[in-house]
Amino acid sequence: MVFKVIKMALEISKALNREIENTLKKYPNKEAALLPLLHLLQKEFGYVKKEVMELAAERLDVPYSKVKGVATFYTMYDKKPVGKYHLQICRNISCSLRGAEDVLNSVKEHLNMEVGDTNEKFTLSTVECLGACGTGPVMQVNDDYYEELTPESVKKILDSLK
Amino acid sequence: MKMVKILTDKIDIPNYHKIDVYLKEGGYSTIEKALDMGQEKVISELKVSNLRGRGGAGFPTGMKWSFITNQAFPRYLTVNADEGEPGTFKDRLIMTKNPHLLIEGIILTCLTLEIETSYIYIRGEFVKEAQILEDAIAEAYEKGFLGDNVKETGKKVHLFVHRGAGAYVCGEETALINSLEGKKGQPRLKPPFPAVVGLFNKPTIVNNVETIANIPFIIKNGGQAFADIGVERNGGTRLVGVSGHINKPGVYELPMGYPLDKIIYEIAGGILNDKKLKAVIPGGSSTPVLKPDEIRDLPMDYDSLAKAGSQLGSAGVIVISEGTCMVKLLATLEKFYAHESCGQCTPCREGVPWVRDLVVRIENGGGKPGDIDKILDICDNMEGTTICPLATAAAWPAQSFIKQFRHEFEAHINQHKCPFN
Repeated sequence: MVFKVIKMALEISKALNREIENTLKKYPNKEAALLPLLHLLQKEFGYVKKEVMELAAERLDVPYSKVKGVATFYTMYDKKPVGKYHLQICRNISCSLRGAEDVLNSVKEHLNMEVGDTNEKFTLSTVECLGACGTGPVMQVNDDYYEELTPESVKKILDSLK
Repeated sequence: MKMVKILTDKIDIPNYHKIDVYLKEGGYSTIEKALDMGQEKVISELKVSNLRGRGGAGFPTGMKWSFITNQAFPRYLTVNADEGEPGTFKDRLIMTKNPHLLIEGIILTCLTLEIETSYIYIRGEFVKEAQILEDAIAEAYEKGFLGDNVKETGKKVHLFVHRGAGAYVCGEETALINSLEGKKGQPRLKPPFPAVVGLFNKPTIVNNVETIANIPFIIKNGGQAFADIGVERNGGTRLVGVSGHINKPGVYELPMGYPLDKIIYEIAGGILNDKKLKAVIPGGSSTPVLKPDEIRDLPMDYDSLAKAGSQLGSAGVIVISEGTCMVKLLATLEKFYAHESCGQCTPCREGVPWVRDLVVRIENGGGKPGDIDKILDICDNMEGTTICPLATAAAWPAQSFIKQFRHEFEAHINQHKCPFN
């Protein structure tokens, strides 16, 4: 195609490439691997930037517009850079009944951050139900859940994140 | 009522999530029996069992399975582990503590319905849970329960884990299918139903984790034994998740039909801080809210909850004590549904944020006299008018909160502030 300018700005390591190949084997077509591929690329490159979406489109042979549509539909794909620790505090019903707002306020005060802020170390977000309602309030930090939080315990957790 | 546990009876055994322990305890012993029974017998036992879908809708599983038996090949099984309905946290327990029971159920389902490829669609946030499943699946492949020749039977069963990426709507079965295909999780019009045109346009069965985890018991003990545990038309046990203002929040496996007030006051230890009960959302955030006098001796099963004006849903019981502002709570829920609307259907995309804005306005003291009726009017236009039930799921809490606690909404409007602040 004349109009296609292939930019391979991002380097894929051998290990990542192997992981992508293994992921593709799970599905009868390449397109179905888009969600797992975006997870892998986000882990490798920090967030789903334009180059990541271009790379995914190239790799799976789907239009860039489709990748962008998918990447922006799902909340777990970060479209902006995030801190080393992405703090995601559940604001939904069961957690809020158990004091999620106080936990959030404690985090805001302790880190001097507002929801949506990012600094080098942290990004602070509120999220919808994390599916751990019996042990709320809950905060997800990157891949880990912290449960049964109190305004005090959450500060200790934040201090332990180096 | 027999206090039998069939999903969580052994989960306290150390390392029960490892295949060696699971095998020692009698796991994976139903495969040959299922093959001997054959498709027709297994489905008829399922029908006898009164097993109904544990995701929320309560559709009879045996009937769902019967829809695929004369469809073309290949067929797919997709296990719904997208657990996202606020107040619901039961499948997480099965996946972390009893993953091999789920895998055994998947193998039985695949062998019965002549399915060679299956997927567990797990919500993206469950990274640890997905890893536990991956490890368990690897063990099952190694022992020959999964693969190209399941236990020398010549049958093929493959199983993969697919992580979502943060979208409540993907718990709806056709949105889940689209998401598994690498698309936006937007629900499809039905018909055609997934059993006819599903994943990759092939016949597909979508069942909840808890539903599938019940299959080994039914194969082993027969449908009648399962039906005997519960009540009429509602077989087996139910994983009831109790959260909110409760002394002992958690997941409790109870016979279907166990009384809701006993669950709250006896099993889960009563209301937090010795307060009085104000309201109960019995089956996940979408189900209509009930008042204390409505839950007395109310059996937790699909039919009794529907008769009481609510739904059993995902059996996520959310307990609300006196002193809680119901308007603020509804605002919390409507913010959620507005955030999760996939945007396909106008009544949902426009209606739910509108309801949210009105509820937030009332909570903040800016509500106007006509706002309550306006909310009800919008809900009337959302309910049942969209491709999937998300708009209905957003309408039910608004309608029921207003029906049960209209005076609180009026007090907010009349006083121009939240009376609870």
